[in-house]
Amino acid sequence: MASYSQRLLQVIRSTNREISLMEVCGTHTMAIARSGIRELLPPNIRLLSGPGCPVCVTSQGDIDSVIEMVRREEVILLTFGDMMRVPGTRSSLQEERSRGADVRVVYSPLEALKIAENNPDREVVFLGIGFETTVPTVAVTLEEAREAGLHNFSLFSLHKLVPPALELIMSDPEIRVDGLICPGHVTAVTGLRPYETLAHKYGKPCVVTGFEAVDILEGIVMLIHQLQNSTARAEIQYKRVVKPEGNPAAMDAIWRVFETAPSRWRGLGMIPDSGLQLRDEYAAMDARRKFNLPEMEDIPIKGCICGAVLTGKKIPTDCALFGRSCTPLEPVGPCMVSQEGACAAYYRYTPGKRKVLE
Amino acid sequence: MCLGVPGRIIEMKENYRAIVDVNGNRMEISVRLTPEVQVGQYVLIHAGFAMEIIDEDAARETMQLLLEVMEYGQL
Repeated sequence: MASYSQRLLQVIRSTNREISLMEVCGTHTMAIARSGIRELLPPNIRLLSGPGCPVCVTSQGDIDSVIEMVRREEVILLTFGDMMRVPGTRSSLQEERSRGADVRVVYSPLEALKIAENNPDREVVFLGIGFETTVPTVAVTLEEAREAGLHNFSLFSLHKLVPPALELIMSDPEIRVDGLICPGHVTAVTGLRPYETLAHKYGKPCVVTGFEAVDILEGIVMLIHQLQNSTARAEIQYKRVVKPEGNPAAMDAIWRVFETAPSRWRGLGMIPDSGLQLRDEYAAMDARRKFNLPEMEDIPIKGCICGAVLTGKKIPTDCALFGRSCTPLEPVGPCMVSQEGACAAYYRYTPGKRKVLE
Repeated sequence: MCLGVPGRIIEMKENYRAIVDVNGNRMEISVRLTPEVQVGQYVLIHAGFAMEIIDEDAARETMQLLLEVMEYGQL
């Protein structure tokens, strides 16, 4: 296999064109950093991180709303681990927990059902963060909660859809992206259609790519091949998992429970139809409505350029805080908190980060 | 966040639950999103759910195709 990777690299290195590719997905950002692919590529091939780390794109105001909510005594908040350390304006979930809030990390939303059952006197809230990959799992959990007649379970939905954000990036003249390394597991659910639309509308090739180093190299080769042939199609490199039609059962689950709504993204602002809120039939399980939570304003973090990093306008090392006052141990912005945030990935794996520290 | 791990379905249970083997560890997942899955098949698991049935033949196909394209010097 090593020789196959080397052949792929040779092909990539034989290109003289200046090419900027965006890896949309945070899991790709992490895999690229860990495998050292960025350093193996010639300087004319640039990889930019995109808005595909769900924790990173969550707006500051939404994080502050969640923190407000966990201060209620009756609430047990269940969250994926990534969210614990994300700094709100004045606090984080981890800090709230150390002050007595009941915040628990779960691996699967299904765990929420048992916790709600075992705590009938408490209000169990699942913090819904994530894209199309995660949303169907949450949708099924809500359906099962309703079937089980759980009245003390609700969802705080900060779920987002990937294609509307990509559409915004593609139409921004300040962002130069020649092709998209598209998210493997999101597309396993949505299917290829959204990327066919993007590729056609903006004339940029899109390749749905897997997460092993060799997958990513293959994806890059497929994109270069299209750019050299002046084609702009949506293709799948990650065929062992992704089918062109996606997973219709998972998409059905999403639309049985959710409907689109405007959503605020860090770095991209309010994007119409890019968020998911519960349908009226599930209003009783909507934490925002149940606890009458107000929308909170986005208060920018001083000096943090996460927003520009998430849209490929800047790279982490462009930030004055990077490696100085913002490190994985004491993160200032979300891109340094989440393992798959571009700043954390750069910090952990990029050789030469020492230079920044000097 | 959209991480997925492969696992093999060992046993089907009630209410769309199944036992899977992930690298020698057994865990219970939901197969409600891949209702057609059979015992013995590999699935991609995310957040306690089988998200897709994995097709290894399709993976080899991509590699073969790229090798051929490279052979012919089209890249």
